Amino acid sequence: MNTIEKTSLATLDVGVSDATEGGADAGRRRFVGAVGAAAIVSSSSLMRPAWAQSAKLKVGVLLPRSGVQAFVGQSCQFGADVAPAVLKSLFGVDIELMNADTETNVDTARSRAERLISEGAQVLVGAFDSGASLAIAQVAEQKGVPFVINIAAAPQITEQGYKFTFRNFPTSVDLVVNGLGLARDLFLATGTAPRTAVFMHVNDTFGQANKAAIASILPKLDYLPFKLLDTIAYDPAAKDLTVEVARAKATKADFLLLVCRLNDAIILRREMVKQRWNPMGIIGPGNPGMYEAQFYAALGKLSDHCISNVPWYDPKSVVTKAIDAQMRKQFPKEKLMYHALNVGFTFESIQIVADAFKRSRSNDPKVLAEAIRQTNIASRMMLGGPIKFNAKGQVEGIASACIQNFNQRPMVVLPAASAEAKPVFPVPGYVRA
Amino acid sequence: MSFELIGNVLIAGVLSGLVYGLMALGLSVIFGVVRVVNFAHGEMMTAAMFAAVVLFNTWGIDPFMAVIPVVVVFFALGYLLQRAIINPFITRPEHSQFMLLVAVAIIMVNALLIAFGPNARNVQVDYQLESFELGPLLVDAARLYAAGAALVCSAAVFSFFRFTMTGKAIRACADNHMGAKVVGLDIRHLYALTFGLGSACVAAAGCMMVLLVDVTPQLGPAYTLMAFVIVIVGGLGSMPGALLGGILIGVSEAGAGLFITPSAKSMVSFALLVVVLLLRPQGLLGKRP
Repeated sequence: MNTIEKTSLATLDVGVSDATEGGADAGRRRFVGAVGAAAIVSSSSLMRPAWAQSAKLKVGVLLPRSGVQAFVGQSCQFGADVAPAVLKSLFGVDIELMNADTETNVDTARSRAERLISEGAQVLVGAFDSGASLAIAQVAEQKGVPFVINIAAAPQITEQGYKFTFRNFPTSVDLVVNGLGLARDLFLATGTAPRTAVFMHVNDTFGQANKAAIASILPKLDYLPFKLLDTIAYDPAAKDLTVEVARAKATKADFLLLVCRLNDAIILRREMVKQRWNPMGIIGPGNPGMYEAQFYAALGKLSDHCISNVPWYDPKSVVTKAIDAQMRKQFPKEKLMYHALNVGFTFESIQIVADAFKRSRSNDPKVLAEAIRQTNIASRMMLGGPIKFNAKGQVEGIASACIQNFNQRPMVVLPAASAEAKPVFPVPGYVRA
Repeated sequence: MSFELIGNVLIAGVLSGLVYGLMALGLSVIFGVVRVVNFAHGEMMTAAMFAAVVLFNTWGIDPFMAVIPVVVVFFALGYLLQRAIINPFITRPEHSQFMLLVAVAIIMVNALLIAFGPNARNVQVDYQLESFELGPLLVDAARLYAAGAALVCSAAVFSFFRFTMTGKAIRACADNHMGAKVVGLDIRHLYALTFGLGSACVAAAGCMMVLLVDVTPQLGPAYTLMAFVIVIVGGLGSMPGALLGGILIGVSEAGAGLFITPSAKSMVSFALLVVVLLLRPQGLLGKRP
């Protein structure tokens, strides 16, 4: 008798013995259990081909690739475009992108999200803008499809109790806290103590969130030497900022605290030159605009010395190197350095869903959402600890770096450990008001 | 609030307003004679701005020099547009005219998107960042030149209508359509000529405007709306009214930004429109119907 026969007999013996000891019910239960176990084994082996058939995750990517935020949206799109190749080579995950343009419009963002889901998107990522992200989050909740935000800082997005919305980006409160902390470090590093500032901000969801954060946090930070003389809100789609800059200049503030986006940052910087306003510097406490490729292209030398305190990337990371190589391959004219934040967070949002897909081996939205909740990614492009979501779906502890423009490129000046150059403040050409 | 601040802002408002006025002048001229409201007006200006950008970036032609070829081309395009497409609609109901010109506007926006993409473009002339000091006041050089050119263009349009036979014939058409026909004027030709002139005005304004703002294909609808506000405030069909309306809108926007909040600029323009419509429905310099 061979081994198999022996085993079968042994099993049968036990079965007979149980039946004898426990009666007919126990034997039936064992039989049903065995059939159940066989069904589970066979169903999991049946699932394998099914997994193999749908081994690509369909990722709906929503970005403002036209409209006022087109430049930044297209910059983010680079991060999405390189993701399939990088994720395949580094992590062995196949994804398929389904791209949609939100046109810098909240209503369009909502309708595009609905359309992507109806066309088969299993997860959504995007949408750079807080207003658009809020709208997409509502759709994601209604449809039960996970939505991972790449860039959007309005705190309320992850304060709604949403189950399918996740954000790997600091809230505006965190951005401002980090940004103002770095401002203090900047003043210490340069031995300066500006006494006054004028605060200008875009009047959209993101700008309002930053305004609220600054209004609540700044009075509590007794280590900062300056006070705000005026707060000036302006339309993010403004075509002319003459009045706004004239008002800001008239305050005679030592420096400009600026929460901007890209197009308005360019217009504003030009207007400052026209109006011969040369404050100690321009400091962005956690906003886009002044480190974007188009800012350098449009302004040339005028872009120099602007300061942005923003989350930044780790140039030494394996993921960064892979993304850089893939970008050079796919977009030879572009340099990662000029798109780092946009590419980094957009890539990471797709990395998160790809990682969840890999772990869960499912493209069922609910299973994916649960897997995203369990995310723990250490190998990443952006500086900071591992990507882990809290109960609200928010990644905490994303640090910022102080970036200053030199020779039309962004350079880390603080924290000192990561610095590529020394900070310059006041900037050259400063004229005391 | 200092005199310097108020002075700077008001000067900027007046100078911008003159360029707005030239833009609206085209709309007013077309409506005043052809009685068709050009809902593609802002889009035409956007197209002219792109033309100025292309001429500057390709051959280094300054926008002030680009006015000549751009105006000629837009005059011809306006003439042809009226003869080929708009003329059959002149006797049709207003909603048909509205739909036609909205369709033209949408086609223009999308054609510009296809041709130039969604990104903002501008011209980088040497004097773009210059400003003049007038005592405590600072005057933006590009804005001053643009306003001066807008005044010259407006004066040329006024002179044409006042002193030339063709201009007088067009005015005759506007005053008495039947009478003009009776005396043997070629109405279709004169209408097309007027539409061409209106297009030329808006093209000239576009060449000036590109010095003040970056251009994107989506800019058109906002300027169409602004042109409407200006001509309704100034008086639909009134050429001096268009210039006055432009200055008023420019100054009111600047004032709103200064005295209220910059976000309220458009709000004040529309509030002004409502006030004018309530108190003087024909506009400040318009004639009572």
